[in-house]
Amino acid sequence: MVNPEEGEKDMSTVTPSSLSSVASASGKVRTPGTTALGVGLEARGIHAWFGQKHVLNDISLDFWSGTVTALIGPSGCGKSTFIRTLNRMHEFIPGAAMAGQVLLDGKDIYESGTDVTKIRLKVGMVFQKPNPFPSMTIAENVLAGLKLAQLKVENKDDLLEECLERAGLWSEVKDRLSAYGGSLSGGQQQRLCIARSLAVRPQVLLMDEPCSALDPGSTLRIEETISQLSSSMTIIIVTHNMQQAARVSDYTAFFLSDGGPGSMVEVGPTGEIFSRPKDKRTENYVTGRFG
Amino acid sequence: MPSATGLPQRRELTTKPRFSDKVFRGIVTTGGLSSLLLLGLIFAFLAYQGFSILKMEKFSFITGSQWQVVLNDSGAIDKANTAFGIAPMLVGTILCAIIALVVAVPVSVLAALFLTFYAPPALKRFLVAIIDLMAAFPSILFGLWGFFILMPSAEYWAKLLHKYFGWFPAFKMEVPIFTRSPFVAGVVLAIMVIPIVTSISREVFAQTPLDRVQAAYALGASRWSMIRAVVLPYGRSGVVGGAMLGLGRAMGETVAVYTVLNIVYQVNWHVLVGAGGSVASMILLKFGEAGAQEVKALMAAGLVLFLLTLIVNSIANAIVAKSGGKGR
Ligand SMILES: Nc1ncnc2c1ncn2[C@@H]1O[C@H](COP(=O)(O)OP(=O)(O)O)[C@@H](O)[C@H]1O
Ligand SMILES: [Mg+2]
Repeated sequence: MVNPEEGEKDMSTVTPSSLSSVASASGKVRTPGTTALGVGLEARGIHAWFGQKHVLNDISLDFWSGTVTALIGPSGCGKSTFIRTLNRMHEFIPGAAMAGQVLLDGKDIYESGTDVTKIRLKVGMVFQKPNPFPSMTIAENVLAGLKLAQLKVENKDDLLEECLERAGLWSEVKDRLSAYGGSLSGGQQQRLCIARSLAVRPQVLLMDEPCSALDPGSTLRIEETISQLSSSMTIIIVTHNMQQAARVSDYTAFFLSDGGPGSMVEVGPTGEIFSRPKDKRTENYVTGRFG
Repeated sequence: MPSATGLPQRRELTTKPRFSDKVFRGIVTTGGLSSLLLLGLIFAFLAYQGFSILKMEKFSFITGSQWQVVLNDSGAIDKANTAFGIAPMLVGTILCAIIALVVAVPVSVLAALFLTFYAPPALKRFLVAIIDLMAAFPSILFGLWGFFILMPSAEYWAKLLHKYFGWFPAFKMEVPIFTRSPFVAGVVLAIMVIPIVTSISREVFAQTPLDRVQAAYALGASRWSMIRAVVLPYGRSGVVGGAMLGLGRAMGETVAVYTVLNIVYQVNWHVLVGAGGSVASMILLKFGEAGAQEVKALMAAGLVLFLLTLIVNSIANAIVAKSGGKGR
């Protein structure tokens, strides 16, 4: 785990560019949840249940457009559940229920009469385990979202190259676009999945431990990808890796469950969470004393 | 000891199995081999019984359309005038089975998709129970139902098919007899096959890996587009497998076909005309009053049916193996 000094040094060398530019523009580092200017996605008083089990308690969190927010916390504290309420994948599980609001462009995505498929197009998701469609080729995988959501594009080849390029995979697969998705390595498959979510041009990208099954080299590639993407979209990433949170995110939210439903202990600019956390529990966690 | 290439010799990799493992292995091997043995015994029995007839008739056993036993004055068989040919029966079996599958597979796949992805839980439980019950229904009941209930309405459908698709060779009508046709038999068979294909398809569809289903939904897929992109490619080989089991039942079905089909010793490709054939039903029809020679001929017919089933299954397996794997 990271010790405080090392974490800080890490931060100073890899300060996310967007954070520093925002800081210079507004004079001080902005804290999420203040003004709604440039907010990509707002979670308001989110609760979640699986059957009778209350697993998330009153989470309110704003995600700024053009930034990366990391969600950290021990296993089972509800990070995945929370992230899945943000694109309505939570309700996919039988018995799952939620309360609260999620605002995308100021509009509640849970409002009755909402077309869920449209929400999921705007809020994309990358899963923990790479899950390309094995019956499709690499190219078909990238463009799968267009077919699934019945979208039309002018030039598929351009989109294909652009998405693979942005996911950092183009140079590795450009000569075998018609090979099957399953023929790639795990890290490549995960970048393929990232390219696939980019093809439908989401405003928000949710990533649930996208690197936990990958080797360090692939992890690095994906972190670079995240940094490049972050300027043009809102990224929310769940990670168990403190260094990763420190390297890629502008903001960090710490979740914790004391046996009951998970709640958010603290949120702030990543540098502060790692160097000067306000809550003792956050400090214990980021310094590796538990979790 | 280094070999000629300079590389060391590959070692033999062995392990000493534990006693309990040996016992278990013996038990499962016995189980596995006994079914093979049973199949082999049936085959040997049919081959032994039918050999003399096959030798006498040669290829005309499967290409001929005559089935008559003529005895001479001394009561022995008159070889010059006796003929055993099952071509109309073979054609009939294949036709009825094709009709059954053409009707049953789409219905079953749709039913399985409905049960897996659309039906409310209570309705699903109810329908699954009904379908399982249907699979275990005695086939004579299907036959009787087909005769009394289905036949009149099938006649109406057959007339429609003839009116609008009469240009299609198989729907030609030379004599306007619409009852007891291969079409009616095929539909009865379809109803018997639907439960099998449905329950197998349902099981494969339900096993679709959740992460792929979620990947599709997370990309903004509707339920139907998710099914097309994920469930159908995954389940395809399973559906083909189910269809093969169904085909096996359709080709071997005896009593239900016997009840609704007019068995005629003349090859007829026109499925709407009330004249058809079925190897299995023919055996049932003839067996009761057959003399020693004719029984042997019936055994030979059974052998041919056995081989036909085997061939069809191997072809289907080859198709699945060739196209399979991709969606898995
Ligand atoms: N499908 C489910 N059914 C019932 N309980 C679940 C399900 N998924 C997660 N949970 C419970 O919800 C809580 C939060 O889980 P999760 O969001 O996966 O945590 P995290 O991602 O932070 O490890 C855990 O207590 C877990 O046991
Ligand atoms: Mg999780």
